[in-house]
Amino acid sequence: MNSVTRPHRSHLVQWAEQRPEVLVLSADLTSSCEADLFRDAYPERFFSMGMAEQNMIGFAAGLAREGFSPWVHTFAVFLTRRVFDQVAMSVAYPNLPVRLVGFLPGVTTPGGVTHQAIDDVALMRVLPNLTIVDTGDATEVLSALDAVQDVPGPVYLRMLRGVVPRLFPAAEPLVVGRSRTLCRGEDITVLSSSICTEHAMRAVAALRRRGVGVSHVHVSTLKPFPDQGVIDSIASAGRGVITVENHSVIGGLGSATAELMATVGTGTRLLRLGLQDRYAQGASVGYLLAKHGMDAPAVVRAAQDLLGRTLDIPEHELVADVTLPDDSERVEDL
Amino acid sequence: MNPDMQNSIEPAWLDEVRRAAAGVRRRVLRYTIDNNGGYLSQACSAADLLCTLYVRSMRLGPSIAPPVPPSFAGPPGADNPHAFTGAGYNGPRGPELDRFFFSPVHYALVLYSVLIQVGRLASDGLAHFNVDGSTVELIGAEHSPGHELTAGSLGQCISQAGGIALARKLRGEPGRCFVFMSDGEFQEGQTWEAMAALAQHRIDRIVVVVDANAQQCDGAMAGVGHIEPLAARLQAFGVRVVELDGHDPLALAAAAALPPDGRPTVIIARTDPCRGLPILQARAPKLHYVRFGSQAERDSYAVVLACLEAGGQA
Repeated sequence: MNSVTRPHRSHLVQWAEQRPEVLVLSADLTSSCEADLFRDAYPERFFSMGMAEQNMIGFAAGLAREGFSPWVHTFAVFLTRRVFDQVAMSVAYPNLPVRLVGFLPGVTTPGGVTHQAIDDVALMRVLPNLTIVDTGDATEVLSALDAVQDVPGPVYLRMLRGVVPRLFPAAEPLVVGRSRTLCRGEDITVLSSSICTEHAMRAVAALRRRGVGVSHVHVSTLKPFPDQGVIDSIASAGRGVITVENHSVIGGLGSATAELMATVGTGTRLLRLGLQDRYAQGASVGYLLAKHGMDAPAVVRAAQDLLGRTLDIPEHELVADVTLPDDSERVEDL
Repeated sequence: MNPDMQNSIEPAWLDEVRRAAAGVRRRVLRYTIDNNGGYLSQACSAADLLCTLYVRSMRLGPSIAPPVPPSFAGPPGADNPHAFTGAGYNGPRGPELDRFFFSPVHYALVLYSVLIQVGRLASDGLAHFNVDGSTVELIGAEHSPGHELTAGSLGQCISQAGGIALARKLRGEPGRCFVFMSDGEFQEGQTWEAMAALAQHRIDRIVVVVDANAQQCDGAMAGVGHIEPLAARLQAFGVRVVELDGHDPLALAAAAALPPDGRPTVIIARTDPCRGLPILQARAPKLHYVRFGSQAERDSYAVVLACLEAGGQA
C-alpha cells in the first residue's frame, strides 16, 4: 500500500503561499501538528498562542470577523472538549469561517485518554453552523484544505499526521458533502470513516470474495449528513448496515446513521462499531482497534451477525499487506 | 497632562456626561420598578464609565442602525442572510475609528439606556426590552443594540476583541478597541490567558475598562472569589494598568487618552454599586439583581424615582 509521510506539513506551506489571508494559530504543538514548516516559512502569519486554548479560539474568532482565515492547529481533544463553550459561542453561533484542525483523532495516539479524541465528533455535531470533515487517507489530507476553504462557515477538520496511507487516487480530491462509494452490493452496507476505512476495505474485500454483496461507503463529511451516496447505500442494504468509526459509537457516524435509518424507516438492522461507550488507554493503534472491535475482523464478525452465518475467513486474509510505521515511535510528539 | 485638567473651568462635555449618567440611572430604576426586577446596581456603578466612553473617549461615527431596534431576524447562519448586528449603533467601521466591545452583557439594560441618552437609540427603544421576539434582550447578544459580540459566557469577549485588535494591528489601523468588562470576569482563567496573549503579541491599541464594583451574583466578591491585588496581578502580566475612581469622568477620559506604548491598557475603575441611589445600600451585599421583597419596598423606590424625575436628589 502507498503511503505519504507528513502530508500536511509541506502541503500547508505550498497551499498558503498565494493565500495571504491564511493565518495559523498554534498552542504549543506546532511540530506535532505539522505546522512547523508554515511557521518557518511565514513567521508573520504564524501566531503562537501558548497553552491557552480558550483564548486561542476567541482570537481566531476575532481574526475571522475581520476577514482573515485563521487555521487553528492543535490536538483534537483540546480543540473540542477543552474549549467547547468557546467554540459554541465565539465561533459557531456567529458562523465565522474559523478552521479548527484537530490532530490525533480517536485512538491514533498512544498518548492515552487525555490525548484520544473519542468524543470530538459528538461534541461538534451538536453545534449548529459547524461543518465536520474527517479525513481518511493522504489524498483527503492533501485536498481537505481546498475543500474546507470553500465553506463559508466554521469547519472542524479531523486531520491525520505522520505516515498516512493513500487509499484514494490523488485525482479524486475530498469534496465536502460527498461520500465515496467504494463498491456496491445488495446484502450489507458498510459505512466507515477516518482510519477505519482502511481496515474496513480489507474486510469488505474478503466478504466480496465469499460472494457477499457489500456496499462500502467512506464518509468524510459528518456534518452536514447524509449525502445522496449514503442515503442510496442504506436503502439498498438488504440485511443491514454496519458503521465503523474511530470514535465512540455515541454521537458520531453510527449515531448519525441510526438517526437517518429511523427517519427513513428502513426497518433494517444497524451494527455500530467503535468505542462502545468506554474510554481507551495508552497503547498502539493496532492493539486498540482490535481490542475495541474497530478493525477488519470486527467488520467481518458484524457482517456474519447480519447474514446469520459464518464465513470462515482466516485472520491472515484481513491483515494489512504493508505494516505502516507506528506513530508511537515519535514519542517527542506526544 | 490632559488639557481638560489644566483648566479650573469644567469642560462642556463633563456636564453632558453627568446628565447622561443621571438619565441612565433614572431609566434603569424606572424599568426595575415597573417590572419588579432589573440589573440596577450595574447602572449605578457603570453609568459614569459608559457615558464618559461614549461622550468623550471613543472615536465613533454616528449610528448606522435603525433608531427603533428591529425584531430578531434569527441567528447567524448560511441560510440566514438577514442576521442583524447591534454593532451599527456604535457607528460605521473605519481604520481611524474606535470599536466598542461589551463583555458583561447582563448590563444590557444599562447599555441600551446609555445609547438612548447619547442619541444612538430612540427614546422608546426600551419599550422592546425583554419582549419576546425583540433584539433588545435581557442579556444582550450580537444582535442587541450596541453589542458586536456574543459575550454572555463571561471571559470570552476579551479574547474575541483581542483577535479583532490583532487583525487591525496586522492592517496597520490606528483606531483602538475599547472593551468594557466587569471585575468578576477576572475569576475566569480565559481572561488571564487573554491578558498574557495581548502582552505577548504587543497588542497596544486595546483599552479595557473594568467596572470594579466588587460585587457579583453570590454577593461581595471578596467572599466569593478574591481577585485582588488586581492592579499588581495585571502589571505582572505585562499590562499597563491605570487605577482610578470610576465616578470621575475626568480621570477616566485622561486614562483613555494615553498614547499606545506597546502594552495593552487596563483601566481599573473602582466603582460604587449604589452610586446615585443610596437606597440600594440596604440590600448590600446582595446587589446583583434587584427584585423587590415587598410592595412597600417597591413603593419606596418609586418615591426615589419620582424625586429624581422632578429634578431632585435620590
